[in-house]
Amino acid sequence: MEAIKREGTPKTPYVRFDGENGVIEIKGRSIPENSIEFYKPLIDWLENLASTEVSEIAVNVQLEYFNTSSSKCLLDIFKKLELIHKKNSSIEVNWFYEEDDEDMFEAGEDYQSIIGLPFKMIEIEE
Amino acid sequence: MNFDIAEWYKDKLDGDVILNFNGSITPDIITDVLDTIEKSLNLKNEKNRVRKKVYNVFVECLQNLFHHVDKAPAELDFKQKDNFGIIILSQDGPYYRISTGNFVNKNKITVIKDRIDQVNSLTEAEIKMLYIDILSNGEFSDKGGGGLGMLDIVRKTGNKLDYYFYKYNNKNIFFSLDVYIS
Repeated sequence: MEAIKREGTPKTPYVRFDGENGVIEIKGRSIPENSIEFYKPLIDWLENLASTEVSEIAVNVQLEYFNTSSSKCLLDIFKKLELIHKKNSSIEVNWFYEEDDEDMFEAGEDYQSIIGLPFKMIEIEE
Repeated sequence: MNFDIAEWYKDKLDGDVILNFNGSITPDIITDVLDTIEKSLNLKNEKNRVRKKVYNVFVECLQNLFHHVDKAPAELDFKQKDNFGIIILSQDGPYYRISTGNFVNKNKITVIKDRIDQVNSLTEAEIKMLYIDILSNGEFSDKGGGGLGMLDIVRKTGNKLDYYFYKYNNKNIFFSLDVYIS
């Protein structure tokens, strides 16, 4: 499966969805007015990934900011990953948050409480 | 007495104004405005926690305007009337204040009022529970928010939303919202 890589913009994050190397990365800021337009191809990509054999995926989420319309799309991404995880792939989510950023930490906790995936909360220095 | 938008505006410009915008709220304007507040020294010198809260809440307020404003009255004395909104960020003593103003049609008042009153009536723990509940089960509109916007603002600021509806004429109502971040 071909990897997706997109550079970040002022409103959308850097993303790398790489099935071959088992890496999914979302970094930067996610505040588009139309989040579905941005995330739909990524969610479709995960849908396809679910039908292939993947043994291990590291998911790195390092967001500076995200708006509420992105929050639902992120949940959809985690839901797809949860399905893949259930089919015997080892998936771990590394949720990065900046030191002192309680909102981002709590957002990670929210997802952790909804989604059946192991989350590792990683604090990074400013 | 009729509502005087100039008077309202003057009041909101109290304190140290970091950003003051009125006109058409478009995706490009949102990008520009966000860039401006990010470069503001007030925020650059701020603790990470507060700086990010202000930015995040500001994005939500701006995008609320973008998605939800109704048509401004034709006789309004502002140049740009399409998707018209006003947004002001100021620092007022220990608080940052975000004030927004926009027109809504009269028939929307009840929905907005109920929504805000509900959010304002909840405890911190209830807000968190409702947020997670809507996030995991809620139906989202094409506009994306699904009612999370206001909830998110109150959750992040820990403060109640201060709002008022001013009657502009029989059809158009001016919706004023103040959000405080400390």
